Amino acid sequence: MIRTALVVACLGLGLSAVMAQPDPIAERRNTMKAVGGATREGAAIAKGEVPFDAAKAQAIFKIYADAAAKMPTLYPESAKTGGDTSASPKIWEDKANFDAAFAKFGEEAKIGMAATDLAGFRSAFGAATKSCGTCHEAYRVKR
Amino acid sequence: MRRLLITLVVFALVGLAGFWVLTDPRVVSPAPEIGTLPAADIDNGRVLFAAGGCASCHATPGQEDRTRLGGGLALESPFGTFHAPNISPHTRDGIGNWGVKDFVDAMATGTSPSGQHYYPSFPYTSYRLMPPRALADLFAYIRTLPQVAGRAPDHDLRFPFNIRRIVGGWKLLFFDGTPFRPDPTKSAEWNRGAYLVNGPGHCAECHSTRNALGAIVQATRFAGGPDPEGKGTVPNITQSEDALGKWSKDEIAELLKTGFTPSFDSVGGSMAAVIRNTSQLPDADRLAMAEYLKSLPAVATPAWR
Repeated sequence: MIRTALVVACLGLGLSAVMAQPDPIAERRNTMKAVGGATREGAAIAKGEVPFDAAKAQAIFKIYADAAAKMPTLYPESAKTGGDTSASPKIWEDKANFDAAFAKFGEEAKIGMAATDLAGFRSAFGAATKSCGTCHEAYRVKR
Repeated sequence: MRRLLITLVVFALVGLAGFWVLTDPRVVSPAPEIGTLPAADIDNGRVLFAAGGCASCHATPGQEDRTRLGGGLALESPFGTFHAPNISPHTRDGIGNWGVKDFVDAMATGTSPSGQHYYPSFPYTSYRLMPPRALADLFAYIRTLPQVAGRAPDHDLRFPFNIRRIVGGWKLLFFDGTPFRPDPTKSAEWNRGAYLVNGPGHCAECHSTRNALGAIVQATRFAGGPDPEGKGTVPNITQSEDALGKWSKDEIAELLKTGFTPSFDSVGGSMAAVIRNTSQLPDADRLAMAEYLKSLPAVATPAWR
């Protein structure tokens, strides 16, 4: 019984060790997909298709804030190419500005998390989603 | 022997003369209605300026104001580097001295006021679909924009592409000078979309593969291909399953307005600049473009390597 528990624990440890070192390219894709999902919900609120809900709005901007904190760490030298990436080489040539763009996105997400009504949500959502295009234009190759 | 030499020289001269005549940049059919056009509609010119994406190439790089058309943007290509010229109304460095006819000839025939061919990096191959009246509106709008001093660097092209005259041969092979003809069997919205997509919008210029001489391969028009500027690929925008086949008309119009795809990815690369233009169009024009794109036959993305 104890042995079984140990084996299971070891397996669990091993598994989480594997999961703790995911492929950065897959990781940034997943992170961006989550941002896309949040944006879909946000757009529905901003357009008035779904009523404004403070908790939901906060959850959306929390996903943005988490992504803004995490993304800059997912571009090691070893993950420039390979896999399914559309990252531009400019990211590594211009890392300081790239990181600064995510810092700005993080600030915009914080403003959004503080929004308490639809008008505040709309303006914060507009500002934050504008950053999507600005950053993709500079740091993503066409695909 | 001597006779052979003379014969060869004669042939060479005839060939050269033929080349000279065939590549003459003279404008063959100056639009007759230019003198009789009504007063220009500047608001329509502003819409066409956005639809045509003029600022994407001609706005001075490194500053925010998209109405300062000082030029200078470098456009990489397999033939060398093109530099977008100054098209601000500056009289010395821009197009401040041009008349309406000069502008119409440039946009519809790819010929400069001094009678030189423009390279088709300037997409007159698409802009030619705009009628003289629309071009006069666009010209009137550009004339209201700030004068910007300074000239862009010359194009930096490999031999033999640096000989402008050979563009005349290119035009003979590939340039179709016919204006836009509406399809009476289709709706007004479809026709407006076809005009905007193929004319001012010049979407096919990037969303198509090109042959070795840089002309669009018509069989795979709109089916995507390598980025002509050298990095990555340009997506297929036909109704192919893996292209826009599953997108609704509203989703295409939404992309042109906000840059977001149906999965709320935000488009990048030079499409972001295109969205800055299309976002300024009226909703009806974006919907018209979507209506037309939804009518394109499905074409598989060609292999190009």
